[in-house]
Amino acid sequence: MTTSWQHRREARNARIEAGAKLARGKIVEARDATSLMEAVIRPGDRVCLEGDNQKQADLLSSALLAVNLSKVRDLHMVQSGVVLPEHLDLYDHGVAKRLDFAYSGPQSARIATMLFGGKIELGAVHTYLELFARYFIDLTPNVALIAAVSADRDGNLYTGPNTEDTPTVVEATAFKDGIVIAQVNEIVDKVPRVDIPGDRVQFVVKADKPFFVEPLFTRDPAAITEMQILTAMLAIKGVYAPYGVRRLNHGIGFNTAAIELLLPTYGENLGLKGKVATHFALNPHPALIPAIESGWVEQIHSFGSEVGMEDYIRARSDIFFTGPDGSLRSNRAFSQVAGLYACDMFIGSTLQIDLQGNSSTVTTSRIAGFGGAPNMGADARGRRHPSEPWLQAGREADPEASPLVRRGRKLVVQIGETFGDKNAPLFVEELDALALADKLNLELAPVMIYGDDVTHILTEEGIANLLLCRDADEREQAIRGVAGYTEVGRGRDKRMVQRLRERGVIRRPEDLGIDPLDADRRMLAARSIKDLVRWSGGLYAPPPQFRNW
Amino acid sequence: MEDLSFSHKAHERAVGTKNIAIIGVVASGNLEVLAERILPDTECLVEIKTAAEGFGDVWDAVVADFVERTSPGGLKFSINDGGARPDTVSLRLAQAVRLMEDNDQ
Repeated sequence: MTTSWQHRREARNARIEAGAKLARGKIVEARDATSLMEAVIRPGDRVCLEGDNQKQADLLSSALLAVNLSKVRDLHMVQSGVVLPEHLDLYDHGVAKRLDFAYSGPQSARIATMLFGGKIELGAVHTYLELFARYFIDLTPNVALIAAVSADRDGNLYTGPNTEDTPTVVEATAFKDGIVIAQVNEIVDKVPRVDIPGDRVQFVVKADKPFFVEPLFTRDPAAITEMQILTAMLAIKGVYAPYGVRRLNHGIGFNTAAIELLLPTYGENLGLKGKVATHFALNPHPALIPAIESGWVEQIHSFGSEVGMEDYIRARSDIFFTGPDGSLRSNRAFSQVAGLYACDMFIGSTLQIDLQGNSSTVTTSRIAGFGGAPNMGADARGRRHPSEPWLQAGREADPEASPLVRRGRKLVVQIGETFGDKNAPLFVEELDALALADKLNLELAPVMIYGDDVTHILTEEGIANLLLCRDADEREQAIRGVAGYTEVGRGRDKRMVQRLRERGVIRRPEDLGIDPLDADRRMLAARSIKDLVRWSGGLYAPPPQFRNW
Repeated sequence: MEDLSFSHKAHERAVGTKNIAIIGVVASGNLEVLAERILPDTECLVEIKTAAEGFGDVWDAVVADFVERTSPGGLKFSINDGGARPDTVSLRLAQAVRLMEDNDQ
């Protein structure tokens, strides 16, 4: 008797054969999409339904929702984004049972309810990069349902500017005996560029409308406050300048949008052009247009694209990664790796920070997931190449160590106002994430960035440099010292905070020579979406919800 | 409405010779600050009319820190508050002191 070592390949071939009955070549009509799912998916399969934080395989998720439960049920979904209502309807209907994911944005409240109600069996909440990693080790999909802009008849796919997770998902599925089904906006004779080679794609479904993309990275400059401008000035003068940070990643909040809009004004006045903020791992933020147009930025690699930025990117290929067709090529996995290993700083906002510096965007009723921030906002322990900001941060953390064997440190900066939305305090004694973990019996509380990775906490009250803190007490007082008039801030030990200020652990706006009169919206290079359009020479085409003229 | 008043000793006389300055607007979440150089050099007075009642202890803390950080001796501040957050109050007060630094009379 001979042993077969190709069971999986045989099983895959049988599935392809069953699906092929519904296809003409590789092309399947949209009305047959559910039958296709029933033909190729088996109960208990691991299925990756492409839901990124922007692009959604929405036709395929609706089709999957409509399957006959006698044919398809109890699926284990492994997907980076749980974003559409259909993604969770799958569990209500019994199509899916188990979930491993990274980000849940708009579904964060419902996902928490369903977890609590036992509707969903949770594997784990991941960062993008670790979920991608698991696609290749122990969460390899049997079937991947993905989205692309166009396909040719051989199944070659053009993913357009929002390539995002697609190459990673396809790589893991196609080369491990899985089946890849793509929804596309159109079938063409020749795709503008081949983002996914056709031999990795078994079926192509033509959707009747383009896949959904959310403009997640557009911040209207009109909504930026004076306080955010003040924090942005502190960041530029108190962190970007002294460390000479050139390679970095920005979060998506208003504080970092304010920084982007102050580079060509405040940053220019400080003589920092060319010395800071030249290379980014970043989505194409519209707020960065004035800095790009003013010659600040040399290069940007992107996780995904941003709605309305397509023509601008095409016309600025010196800055962005583009294909031979001229449009953006994004890639979430590579950009996450770039953010982790090749950037010297992450700066982003958060919702809650505790006295150890742990931060979280979780509230007791919402599980928003992690997305990419923990990878950006973490010291890469495997990093070995030196750079001045990294070495300087390492020196500050451990001045006594021998320079040749001293690790550098990534700058991980949490920026925000002491009181956030609806006057919720940024600083808390205990993160809501702990109560949530308790309620859901999680083994780990969903901490976005661990305190030991955070190097600076920055509010309108000043900058706390945690690298310079020598023990837990100093650390706690440094955090309290920039916590303003929150309970945590008012609980500070005034004398200790004063000593920390004398040592430069805490630096207030006046210590940095920041003029409070500069905290003025006139300092912003663009004060409206329309200003951004003007800066772009009319190339930026904001989506309708951001047009008010 | 609530009226509050805080009187402090300042370490030093506020810089500049300007006698009067005004900044901010009375709007929801914002405030208007009028600064006048009318007190002896080591005194500072902050008078507040606020729409949000019951925050006296926070005002006390904000004003005390402000006097400590900027030493606005000789200045009287009159605040019309539309329920601004403490961070906005601190910023406006710092801006008012900054305006008084000018020597343009």
